[in-house]
Amino acid sequence: MKWDWSAVSDFMPHFWDGLLVTLQILVLGSLVSFGVGLVWALLMRVPTRWVTWPVGVVTEFIRNTPLLVQLFFLFYVLPEWNITFSALTTGVVAIGLHYSTYTMQVYRAGIEGVPVGQWEAATALNLPMRRTWTAVILPQAIRRVAPALGNYVISMLKDTPLLMAITVLEMLGEARLFSQQNFQFTEPLTVIGVAFIVISYLASLALRALERRLAH
Amino acid sequence: MPTDTLPNPEKSPERSSGELIRLEQVTKRFGDNTVLDHLDFSVDAGKHVTLIGPSGSGKTTILRLLMTLLKPDEGTITVDGQKLFPATEKERREVRKQIGMVFQQFNLFPNMSVLRNITEAPVTVLGMSKDEAVERAKGLLDMVGLADKCDARPAQLSGGQQQRVAIARALAMRPKVLLLDEVTSALDPELVAGVLDLLRDIARTTDITMLCVTHEMNFARDISDQVLMFDSGRVIEAGPPEKIFSEPEHDRTREFLSAVL
Repeated sequence: MKWDWSAVSDFMPHFWDGLLVTLQILVLGSLVSFGVGLVWALLMRVPTRWVTWPVGVVTEFIRNTPLLVQLFFLFYVLPEWNITFSALTTGVVAIGLHYSTYTMQVYRAGIEGVPVGQWEAATALNLPMRRTWTAVILPQAIRRVAPALGNYVISMLKDTPLLMAITVLEMLGEARLFSQQNFQFTEPLTVIGVAFIVISYLASLALRALERRLAH
Repeated sequence: MPTDTLPNPEKSPERSSGELIRLEQVTKRFGDNTVLDHLDFSVDAGKHVTLIGPSGSGKTTILRLLMTLLKPDEGTITVDGQKLFPATEKERREVRKQIGMVFQQFNLFPNMSVLRNITEAPVTVLGMSKDEAVERAKGLLDMVGLADKCDARPAQLSGGQQQRVAIARALAMRPKVLLLDEVTSALDPELVAGVLDLLRDIARTTDITMLCVTHEMNFARDISDQVLMFDSGRVIEAGPPEKIFSEPEHDRTREFLSAVL
């Protein structure tokens, strides 16, 4: 095996393109998972089985089927019903939706962790239900679980290469394309491997800083 | 003390006389345990009533029923002529506007500044303008001796300071009724006096009706118009504090008082 620095420099323009797409997936996918996960968590608290039962079934289904299958389903099956999105949009929705079924559990733990006295104080002040949620319960719940949500962002980063399967050119997609065109596999794959480690490490540093800030 | 910031300064005749709270045949069970057993009692407007008795005798349950944190299994509860139970949630919201509560564990909102703890409900529930709410909150903080703590977080305050903020927060809603649920029980001993002195002031200078569950018998003697002795979900003895504390009629009252005094 020979290491060829010129292959690295040839790959770099493609790498930057791929990095940008990977980060796009990560940021947008995280936002989708945070938003939709919160909606799931709140729906699971609606005091009627007509809501909690279907939401429970749907989220269990999504959580317990492979992300790759979901990606293929959204990318290849939905167009048959004339629903088409770009590969990137489909990928972001799929990965965000998949992770929302995990973040919902994090939110649930956070909401249940808010002391019952907070609900009682909100009742004693006659705060409307919506205001109780937005001003009292959720700020405390989210603060408790922000580090746990962050861990899922790092997990999600490691799942982003799956989007290659639906033609999204994120880092792995760019590396594979380059390899196949130039018959040089070692350099591009090593470059993106290092990039994944660096991003994960930076994210975990940011997360620890966040945890420290929230501890006070 | 700036009296213009105190709630209910207007002493209308129909408010300061007559019945404000009425419980009729109220029963509350937790599983097989009957905490309140067909309880009847009423409180006149402006009166200060202290509930005493051994733990588990149902005192706190009454406050929690009045705050609608619990629902009775049977019976009716009326506040100022309006039904609290049985009633729809919407009717209950209306009645609840007249009731404030201070908790044993303070229950301040830790995610808000001291000032916003106090302005939150006046702004969102009473529709008060933000400026007015802030001004009133500052007046109340001044009254409770914490004017310099506006921007502090509850976690930065001592227990006694937190409880005084909680009292200011309850008063900001201008309640007719203030429920005090063992408000000094969670405090370090040296912080108790400050909170009780504040409550004495409020009892003396306002016409808020107060229902108080406490183990501080001297405080109860000072502020109460009436003391109710509870045992096993029933009122076994009631009367003015001089009588209950000096010449109780019931054996259980005597036993209880000799244990706590």
